[in-house]
Amino acid sequence: MKNKILIFSSIILSTLVPLSAYAQDSQDYGIPEVSFINQQIRQGWDDYEIRPSILATDGEWCRRVFLDIIGRVPSVEELHKFVKDKDLGKKKKLVTQLLNDENYTEDYAKNWTTLWTNVLIGRSGGTERNSLTNRAGLQKYLRDSLARNKYYNEIVQELVTATGSNTPGTENYNGAVNFLTMKLAENATLATAETSRVFLGLQVQCTQCHNHPFNEWKQQKFWEMNAFFRQTRSLRRFTTGTRNVSHVELVNESFTGEGLTKDPDKADIYYELRNGITKVAYPVFVDGTKIDPSGYVEDVIRRDELGKLIVNSTYLDKMAVNRIWAHFMGYGFTKPIDDMGPHNPSSHPELVDYLGQQFRKKSFDLKQLITWVVLSEPYALSSRTNSSNETADDPLLGETPKFSRFYIRQMRAEELYESLITATSADKGRGSYEEQETRKSQWLSQFIVAFGNDEGGEQTSFNGTIPQALMMFNGDLVKQATKKDGGSFLDQLAKSNLSNTQKINYLFEAAFARRPAKKEVEVANKLLVARKGDLTAALQDIWWAVLNSNEFILNH
Amino acid sequence: MMSNSNPMNMSRRHFMSHMAGASAMTMPALAMGETLYANADDLKRRRKSAILLWMGGGPSTMDIWDLKPGASTGGPFQPIATSGNAQISEHMPLMAKQMHNMAIIRSMSTREADHNRGRYYMHTGYVPNPNIEHPSYGAVLSNQLIDQRPELEIPPFVAIGGGSVGPGFLGMAWAPFSVSSTGQVRNLDMGLGDDRLYQRMYALDLIENGFINQRRGSAASDHQKILKKTLNLMTSEQMKSFKVADEPESVKERYGNTGFGRGCLMARRLVEVGVPFIEVGLGGWDMHSNIHQTLSDTKLPELDQAMSALTEDLEQRGLLEDTAIIWMGEFSRTPRINGNAGRDHWARSWSVVVGGAGMNGGIAIGKTSADGTRVETDPYSSQDVMASVCNALGISLQTTFTSKSGRPMKIANSGKVIKELFS
Repeated sequence: MKNKILIFSSIILSTLVPLSAYAQDSQDYGIPEVSFINQQIRQGWDDYEIRPSILATDGEWCRRVFLDIIGRVPSVEELHKFVKDKDLGKKKKLVTQLLNDENYTEDYAKNWTTLWTNVLIGRSGGTERNSLTNRAGLQKYLRDSLARNKYYNEIVQELVTATGSNTPGTENYNGAVNFLTMKLAENATLATAETSRVFLGLQVQCTQCHNHPFNEWKQQKFWEMNAFFRQTRSLRRFTTGTRNVSHVELVNESFTGEGLTKDPDKADIYYELRNGITKVAYPVFVDGTKIDPSGYVEDVIRRDELGKLIVNSTYLDKMAVNRIWAHFMGYGFTKPIDDMGPHNPSSHPELVDYLGQQFRKKSFDLKQLITWVVLSEPYALSSRTNSSNETADDPLLGETPKFSRFYIRQMRAEELYESLITATSADKGRGSYEEQETRKSQWLSQFIVAFGNDEGGEQTSFNGTIPQALMMFNGDLVKQATKKDGGSFLDQLAKSNLSNTQKINYLFEAAFARRPAKKEVEVANKLLVARKGDLTAALQDIWWAVLNSNEFILNH
Repeated sequence: MMSNSNPMNMSRRHFMSHMAGASAMTMPALAMGETLYANADDLKRRRKSAILLWMGGGPSTMDIWDLKPGASTGGPFQPIATSGNAQISEHMPLMAKQMHNMAIIRSMSTREADHNRGRYYMHTGYVPNPNIEHPSYGAVLSNQLIDQRPELEIPPFVAIGGGSVGPGFLGMAWAPFSVSSTGQVRNLDMGLGDDRLYQRMYALDLIENGFINQRRGSAASDHQKILKKTLNLMTSEQMKSFKVADEPESVKERYGNTGFGRGCLMARRLVEVGVPFIEVGLGGWDMHSNIHQTLSDTKLPELDQAMSALTEDLEQRGLLEDTAIIWMGEFSRTPRINGNAGRDHWARSWSVVVGGAGMNGGIAIGKTSADGTRVETDPYSSQDVMASVCNALGISLQTTFTSKSGRPMKIANSGKVIKELFS
């Protein structure tokens, strides 16, 4: 009741005292960036007269922070440790652990390697026939970089400027080359478009052929940006004495230009306007910075210059902030998140600018950026809606996200996989890291649907449709997770000295991070009767139902 | 309730309907199927379907349907006569014999020349908008045609060998059921007795409802809808229609031993069983280089074989008069041939092909300039094609959907029916 009155008064007072009148305290853990996020997001609630959802329970928060930072649900032990902790600063403690404790380094690096791999080369990159991309090569590079928390600017610079072999174990291996090896065909148009989109949030692919009606980018800019990639080539290298491709090497070579004069001192490129007129372009960055037009690699390596320009651009900061924010919050400040050009204003421009500046100031440390976002108030809110934000803050209804609740979303296929492995200890002792990763990618490949165009367009069929439901009902992964043979997870649970109620609790906590409701316990008991007292079989039924539920597959 | 397990001799079909009554997991479509069975034959006679042949990547229509021999942009291909009044490419000889069934709309003029935007626009009739997701052809048409087939137990929108575009605000219940062209649907069998499956579903449903009742948004209830559809499908005899391998060798050969050929054959089988909308994907048209060789060596023979077989087969089985065929990609390709002997993206002047469901065949509608760079007659849009297909299928163009935000949205985005298809 007290709460209600205070909220009521806050609406009245909101125009006068915008921030201090709320009852709900918003902790900032002494971190100014967290405080600024809370303030800015609350301002949006005031402006739209929205009352935020209640806070998520400890269990819900713990589950989501595990999923979002290390890509899997917490084990029951990890959950208990957090929930039972009485320390007011326990959230900060857990986030610090997940990001910095060496027990979690592998999980952290694996999760973000997956995420970045999908951003950089898509879900199917490296699986094409005669692919120039070595997926494992890129992943090894990312994993090493993320495990030792290489700063974001360094990673970007390396990806943009890399040279060397794409395949681990070959001479001159540099996994970072895999971002570009397959994007250089057709005069590197894909390299141009993807580098701009992924790192700068600028969508330029439309301007390749014409000036875009509602994009400030002009065709000239596309080709000026493109000129940076024209010294770069992907070369197949063969195993000596055979015609077998050993690896692909990304190299910089002097470029003579496309003009009739072939003058490498001013290596020019040409493109055609829609009206048929041909125009010339030299390397110029989006902000107008020109570099030496020489095509000689002895004079200037164009990609090295591009790397520096990208890393100095504020678009880099904003794009990184938007990507990380969207990962944790379910929606970004723009839609789509990687279209941040002037024609597509963001929902919280001051916040984007501020977080971008702080990210740059704090050395582009991704872990700090992550900490700010996950310790913020909007991330701590429940996914349960209330009467004031059920429709007014539902992005599915076309509303701009106001982050007054946690938006539920489906786990990614990789998260499901890792979560089942964790919950059932299924992959323990089953081969090396590489073998385990290979098994995972085989399983994941079933969900990839390609669009059949040269830009590598694709979607996933792990999108809440029937094939996914069939996989959860009957697929190998869930069969494995629910098997009851001797030594299996369920067999061990059944034989443990927990009481039957505790065993049911264990399954619910492992999947949902909560205890079962009374009705759910009743249904479990009925299943035990139906299985004629075969406890393992009854646990199997319950576990199957739990894993197939919305509450499990949805990050809430 | 749980202890009253079903007798093991209960048939799957019986068991499913039993379950529908017994738990909160009711399946209205199934129940309706039982009561309306008597009318099935009657309905079957009236039921309309559509098959979209989706050419992912953007096919060069001036090398297929609107040739410009002699023009600097024309390329090496020659036109040939057909069973209709319009000429088509020499590399489509089998299709040439089916053109009396098809109409070429040669004055398509659209604005989206980016793959994703073009895919979206041609599939929905709307340009992409960050605040709303429009439903695709498959979702809209299957939603409108579903009442004609109460006996249907499998999804009403099937996408073969490609991704299609989703159901947007119509919700996941109208999402495409994607299968590969082999027709193999994975993970169909649970290998459990019905009683145990039923008991598991009962427990699952209880958990589902608990979560939904906590008002966490539509994703929670959408999940439950998909579970019901999945259960329906797992127990349906109609799943056999995916098995193209069961067809006689001669038929398989006629369609061609290609992914697209099998996809087209599967589409015919799905039409027969009552699926109202099938999309068959043929990708790889994004030919920025070496276009004519790729077209004549591989792409056009594969297309020609399968598309002609489908048209002929539907006609011979008397299905073509109730089944619309739509052939299109997200856009077409530049009349100008680039330095790599390829063509780039082009949306300003291109062709779409439609036929069946009572639409006039054997004609070419509209005209492009001598070099193919301009449309010289009334331009047609994605909306107009969609409106025409709706008209052919007996769907009123006044049909209005309401988006989740309450915005009314007219079917086919107020496109106009292309008159020549019906006069």
